[in-house]
Amino acid sequence: MNNEKDKGMSLIVKTVTRLTAGPIFLYGIYILSHGHVSPGGGFVGGVIIALAFIQLMLAYGKESAFKKLPRAAASFIENLGALMFLALAGLGFTGGYFLLNFIGKGEPFRLFSAGIMPLYNIAIGVKVGAGLFAIFIALILLRINREDDR
Amino acid sequence: MIAAANIAPLFIVISLGGAFLISLLEKRMKHFPYAMGLIVTGMLLILSLAAVKAVGLYRILIYNVGSWKPPLGITLVIDGFSAFMLVTVNLIAFLIAIYSGPYMERYTSKGKFFALFLLMVAGMNGVVITGDIFNLFVFLEIASIASFALVAFGTGRHELEASFKYTLMSAVGSLFILLGIGLLYSFTSTLNMADIACALLQKGKSNISLMVAVMFIMGFGLKAALVPFHGWLPDAHPSAPAPISAMLSGVLIKSLGVYTLCRLFFNVLGMDAKFSAVLMFLGALSMTVGVFSAIGQWDFKRLLAYHSISQIGYVFLGIGLGTPLGILGGLFHLFNHSVFKSLLFLNSGAVEYAAKTRDLRKMGGLAQKMPVTGATALVASMSIAGIPPLNGFWSKLIIIVALVDAGRFGYAFLAVLVSIMTLASFAKVMKYAFGGEFNTNLGDIKEVPGLMRLSMTILAAICVIGGILGFAGAREIFLGKAGGVLQEGINHSLMILGGIK
Repeated sequence: MNNEKDKGMSLIVKTVTRLTAGPIFLYGIYILSHGHVSPGGGFVGGVIIALAFIQLMLAYGKESAFKKLPRAAASFIENLGALMFLALAGLGFTGGYFLLNFIGKGEPFRLFSAGIMPLYNIAIGVKVGAGLFAIFIALILLRINREDDR
Repeated sequence: MIAAANIAPLFIVISLGGAFLISLLEKRMKHFPYAMGLIVTGMLLILSLAAVKAVGLYRILIYNVGSWKPPLGITLVIDGFSAFMLVTVNLIAFLIAIYSGPYMERYTSKGKFFALFLLMVAGMNGVVITGDIFNLFVFLEIASIASFALVAFGTGRHELEASFKYTLMSAVGSLFILLGIGLLYSFTSTLNMADIACALLQKGKSNISLMVAVMFIMGFGLKAALVPFHGWLPDAHPSAPAPISAMLSGVLIKSLGVYTLCRLFFNVLGMDAKFSAVLMFLGALSMTVGVFSAIGQWDFKRLLAYHSISQIGYVFLGIGLGTPLGILGGLFHLFNHSVFKSLLFLNSGAVEYAAKTRDLRKMGGLAQKMPVTGATALVASMSIAGIPPLNGFWSKLIIIVALVDAGRFGYAFLAVLVSIMTLASFAKVMKYAFGGEFNTNLGDIKEVPGLMRLSMTILAAICVIGGILGFAGAREIFLGKAGGVLQEGINHSLMILGGIK
C-alpha cells in the first residue's frame, strides 16, 4: 500500500492541503450563503468550492479526489443545479410571473432575507462548483490521439 | 399585461429544461434524448404558431420577467418580427430533430448532441424574444457556445480545427458587440432596447451611435457571415454533423446575425441612407463573392456553405433597401433560405450517410439508388436557383422588383446574375451527385432510414407550397406583420415603451 503515498505531491503539500481544503470549502459556502447581503454570490462561492476539490486533486492525485466526488456525480450535480434554478424560476408562475420573488422578503441585511435570492444563489453555486470541477477533470484527462491525424 | 403574453418565457423554460433533463437522464434511458428532443422542439413549434396568432390579435406581447417594471427589469417582447423568426427557427429545429435521431446513430453520444442542440435552440429563441440588449448578448453567447461544441462533435482533426477557428472569430465578434452595448449603456444609461431608442431620439444624432453602429456591423455581421467577416463559415459548416450544418446555415446565422442586425438598426439606432447603403453594399458583396467561391468547390457541404453566404447577401440586399417591398422580399427570402438550405444540408448528410463521401467527383447516379434524397435535392436545388414556381423564385423576384422600383438597376442586374450562377452551380451538383451513370466504386448503397426521408420530404413540400406566403392573404398574417415592424422603425420602440408604461 506504499503506492497510495507516492501519488500526488510531497508530504508538505499534502499536509497543507489537509489543513486548508476544509476551510476553503467552508469559505465557499459562506460566500455562497451570504451572496444577497455582501459581495459575492452563487458564482463566486461555487468557484471557491470547486477550488477545494481541485486542490485535493492536485495534492493527492486524481484517484483520491474522485473518491470524494466521482466524475459522474459531478456532472449529475451540475445538471441538478441548473434544473433547481429553473424549477425555482418556474415556481414564480404560481405568483403570475416567471422568476418572481414569491417568498417574503424579510428584514434587510439578515441572513434569512431577500426571499428567493439565497435559494437562487445556492442553485447557481451547486451548478458552478460541480461544473468547474467537471471542466477541470475534462482538461486533465484529455488525451491527444495522434493516430487520428489523417 | 395581456394574458397571451404568458407564452413568452415558455420558449426559454421548455428548451433549457429539456436540455438539462436530457443531460441528467441520458445514461439511464437510451431513447430519452431523441424523444425529449422531438417533444421539446414540437412544443416550441406549436407555441410559436400560437405566438403568430396572438400577435395577429394584439400586435405586441410584452412580458415583464419577475414582475420588475421596465426599464429596470428584463422584458420579453413578441411582435410580428419576433413571431416570424420564432416560427422559422422552431419549424426548422423540429424537422432537423426528426432527422437527427437516425443520423446520429453513427456518432458516440446522442444525449450530449441533443442537450447541446436544445441549448442552441434556447439561445436562438431567447435572442429573438428578448427586449433587453444585454439579455440579447447572453442568449447570443449561449447559442454560439453550444454551436462551437456541436461543430467539433465529430472530434476529428478537421472538426476541431474548424471549431477552433469559429470559436476565435466568433469571440472577436462577440467582443465588438459587447463593446458596442457598453458604449450604448454609458451613453443612454439603460439596457432596455425600446428605452435606448427613446433616449437616442432625445439626445439627437451623435458620433457614439455611429461608432456603435460600426461595431454592431462588425460583430453581428460576423455572426451572419457577411463577406469581409465570413472566413469561419466555409470551414465550420461542412465540419459539423449534417443536422447541425443545416441548423447553422438554416437558422443560426439568421437569428444571431440577420435578426439582431435588423432589430438594432431599424428599431433601436434608427435606419438612414448611410446604413442602408452600407448594408446593401455588404449584401451585394456577399452575394457575389459567395457564389463565385461556391462554383468551383467539389466538397458537397463546402459548396452549400458558400451558397449560404451568397443567399444571406440577398436577404441583406432586400432588407437594406428599406422600401416595404424590399423588406418583404428580404424576410421572405430569409424564410425560404432556411427551408431549402436546411434541406440541401440534410440531403448532403443523407448522401454522406449512405455513400460515406462528400466529394462530388466520387459520386454519380445516386438518384437511382436513393430516389427520395435525389428528388428532394432536385426540389431544393431548383428552389435555391430560383426556378418558378418554387418558393425561392418568388422571394428573389420580389427583391429584384423592389430594386428596380427603387431605381437600383446595378444591384438588380447583379441579383439576376448571381441567380444564374447559382443555377449553374447546382446544375453541377445534380449532374455529378445524382445524375448520370451509377458510380460502381461506391459499392452497395441503400436509401436512408424512414425518419430521415420523412423530414426531407416535409421540407421539400414546404419548398413547393412556400410560394403562397408571398401572395396577398397569407402574406398579411406572417410576413406583412414582420415587415411592418421594421418599417415602423423607431416608432415601433416608442410604441413598446408606451405599452410598458
